[in-house]
Amino acid sequence: MLTEIVIGVGILAGLGLLFATVIAIAYRKFRVYEDPRIDEVEEMLPHANCGACGLPGCRAFAEKVVGQEIQPSKCTVSSAEAIQRIAAYLGVEAGAEEKRVARLLCAGGRREAHNLADYKGTMSTCRGEAAVAGGSKACSWGCLGLGDCEIACDFDAIFMNEDGLPEVIPDLCTACGDCVKACPKGLFELMPLSQKLIVQCKSLLEGEEAESRCSVACTACGRCVADAPDGLIAIRNNLAVINYELNHLASVDATFRCPTRAIVWVESEQFVKPAAPALPLGRVERYGEEYYQ
Amino acid sequence: MSGTTLTGPLLTFRHGVHPEEYKELSCHRPIERMPFVEEYTLPLSQHIGAPAKAVVREGQYVRRGELIAEPVGFVSVGLHAPVDGTVTAIGLFDHPNGQMLPAIRIKTDPFSNQRFIPQPPIPPEQIPVADFISAVQRAGIVGLGGAAFPSHVKFSIPEGRQCRYLMMNGCECEPFLTCDHRVMVEFADELIDGTGILQHFIGAEKIYIAIEANKPDAVAILREKAAHSPMPIEVVPLQVKYPQGAEKMMITAILGEEVPSGKLPLDVGVLVSNVGTIVALSQYFRQGMPLIERVLTVTGPAVRRPTNVLVPLGTPMRAVVDFCGGITEDAVRILLGGPMMGMVQKSLDVPVVKGISGILALTDEEVQDITTYNCIRCGRCLEACPLFLNPARMGLLARKGLWEEMEELNVLDCFECAACSYVCPSGIPLVQSFRVGKAMIREKKAREK
Repeated sequence: MLTEIVIGVGILAGLGLLFATVIAIAYRKFRVYEDPRIDEVEEMLPHANCGACGLPGCRAFAEKVVGQEIQPSKCTVSSAEAIQRIAAYLGVEAGAEEKRVARLLCAGGRREAHNLADYKGTMSTCRGEAAVAGGSKACSWGCLGLGDCEIACDFDAIFMNEDGLPEVIPDLCTACGDCVKACPKGLFELMPLSQKLIVQCKSLLEGEEAESRCSVACTACGRCVADAPDGLIAIRNNLAVINYELNHLASVDATFRCPTRAIVWVESEQFVKPAAPALPLGRVERYGEEYYQ
Repeated sequence: MSGTTLTGPLLTFRHGVHPEEYKELSCHRPIERMPFVEEYTLPLSQHIGAPAKAVVREGQYVRRGELIAEPVGFVSVGLHAPVDGTVTAIGLFDHPNGQMLPAIRIKTDPFSNQRFIPQPPIPPEQIPVADFISAVQRAGIVGLGGAAFPSHVKFSIPEGRQCRYLMMNGCECEPFLTCDHRVMVEFADELIDGTGILQHFIGAEKIYIAIEANKPDAVAILREKAAHSPMPIEVVPLQVKYPQGAEKMMITAILGEEVPSGKLPLDVGVLVSNVGTIVALSQYFRQGMPLIERVLTVTGPAVRRPTNVLVPLGTPMRAVVDFCGGITEDAVRILLGGPMMGMVQKSLDVPVVKGISGILALTDEEVQDITTYNCIRCGRCLEACPLFLNPARMGLLARKGLWEEMEELNVLDCFECAACSYVCPSGIPLVQSFRVGKAMIREKKAREK
C-alpha cells in the first residue's frame, strides 16, 4: 500500500521535475527581451484604447514611446501631468502637442434648418435616416440630429442640445476621431483649439438657394473674405474656406458682417450665444435675445 | 423545359413573398405621352459609374436628342437633351437619391415643334462589336429596370467567355408597377427588333422572354411575334412571386442554375436585360433616337388618375404627377419605384432620371406606423430571403453595430429586395439596417485602401 503511494508520488514528482527543466531551458533559450518600462508606461496611460494617437491601442503607444519613436504628448487623452510623469520617467521631452477638439461644421438645428419631410423610420439613427433619401432635411449636407456621434463618443464629450445639434465639450474631447467616422454626412473635423475662426457650414449652394434651406447657411456672399486679411478666407465652390496656415492672422472681425452667421469665432464651445457684433451691419437683428436662448 | 403554358405548373425560384399586386390600377391604361414642360433638369449622374461630363455651356441652344454630356471612362454613359431649348444653368440640383448633384438645366424653346429628326439607321450587320458597344454607350442606354447599370458594360462579353442564353426581363414583380407590361404590349415589335440586334452581336443559343403569369396579354402578343421570328425565342411565363424579376432569381427559375455569390450572370453564361432597355436599343439603331425618354407608371391610391406615361428625362416629378391628375390631399408618402424597393422622396421637385420606373403615392391606409418589437426568432425572414441569407441574425448584428460579422454572413450579396422586412411580424427595419451595414463595410474598405 505504502510502496504504491511512494511510486505514484515519485513518478509524478519526476515528471514534474523533467517538465520544469524543459520549461526552464525553453525560457532561457527562447526568451524575448522586453523593456520593463513598457509595462510601467502602459500603466501610466489612460487605458482608453481609443486610437486617437493613430496606433492600435495604449500598449502599442507605450512601445513607441519607450522606443522614442513618438513623443508622450501624442496621447491626447492623458492629462498634462500624466504626460509630464511619463516624460520624467523616461527622461525624454514631453513634446508640445496642441489640444485638438472635434468641431461640427453645421449649425442648422431644428430652429435654423428647413425640414421637407418627417422621418418616421423605426431605425432612429443618423445612418438609418441617411439611407432613406439622404435624410429629411432640405439641405443635403446638414446634420440629421439623431445623435450617432453621441453614441460613438467613448468620453461623454458629445451631447445633443435642444436645437438637435451635437455639442462637443472641449474639456472632455480627446480628438479620438470616433465621431468623425460615425457621422454619415462627414460633418465633424478635428481642429486645434487655436483655430477659432470656423465656417459652420458645408452647403455648396449659393445665396438665396442656400438660405431658403437653412437660415445659417453660408451664402458665399464674400463679406468675410473682404473683412479678413488677404488669403485667409476664400470662396471655393460657394463656400467660405479658411486657410488655417494663416491662422495667426485670423480675428473676430471677419465674422461681424456675415448675414447668416455661418462664420463664427469660437472661444471654446460651439453654438454659444455670440457676443454682440461691434459693427451692426447686415441682418443682425435676427440674432436678438430670443434667438439664442 | 416545363412551364410553357399559362395553366400548367409555372417555373419559379425557392423562397420569396406574395405581396398584393395592385396592378389593375394602371395595367390596362395605354401609355400616354407627357406634354413638354417649361424646364428640364438632367443630373449628370443618372447611372451607376462615373458621372458624365457636360459638353455644353450656359446659354447654348440644344436640339432634341443632342449630346449634352459625354461619358467619362468605360463605366459611364452619355446624356442627351430631351427637348429643343436653351441651357440655362449647370450647377447643383436636387437628385432623387436625396443629394444635391451637378445637373444641366434646359429651358424649353416655346417656338420649337419639338420634332425629333430621325437619323439614318445603323445596320447592325455592317458594324463590328466594338462599334456596337461604343454606340450603346454614346446613346446613353442603361438598364431601365431600376439599377441604371450602363448596358454597354453588360453587353461587352470578355474574351473567352460565351453567352449562351439571352434573357429579356419582363417579370416586373414589384407591386403597382406596370410600365414594363405596357412596353411589352405596345412596343412588341421594337422589343423583338432590339432582341435581334443584340442577338446579332451576342450570338446566344437561346433567347428567353421571361414574363410573370399575371400579364397574359403580353405573353400572347410576344408568343405570336416570336413565332414569326427566325430567332430561337421562347416566351416563358413565370410564377407570380416577388422578387421574380431579380436577375439571379430569374436565372434560377428558368435554368435551375444558381449564380454563385459575388459572381455575375455571365459566369453561368447568361445575359439578362430589361425589356425597356431593349426597346431603347432598337429605337437608337433604327431611328437614331438616344435614351431621352422613358415609360413611367404613376400610380397608387393617392394618385387621381393612375396611368402609364412616356416622359422625357429631366421632367420635374411634380409636373408628371400633375399630368396624372395630381395627388390627393391624404397622400403621405411618395416613392420612386415600387413599394418594395422604391426610394422614398422628401420632395416632388426632383427630376425623372433614367433609373426610375414609377412614381407611387400612398395614403395613410397603406403606410402603417410600425412599432419595432424584439426579434422572436420565428424564422419567417429566412423563408422569405431568395438568397438564403439569414436576415434575422444580420438584423441583430446590425443593431449592435457588428458590421464585420455581418460581412461574414454575406450581407454584401443582399440586393435589398425587402422580402424579409415585408414578412417580419416584429416590424424590424431589416433592409434599412443592411443598407447601413453595407455602407459601413464599404466605407471601412475605402479607409483601409
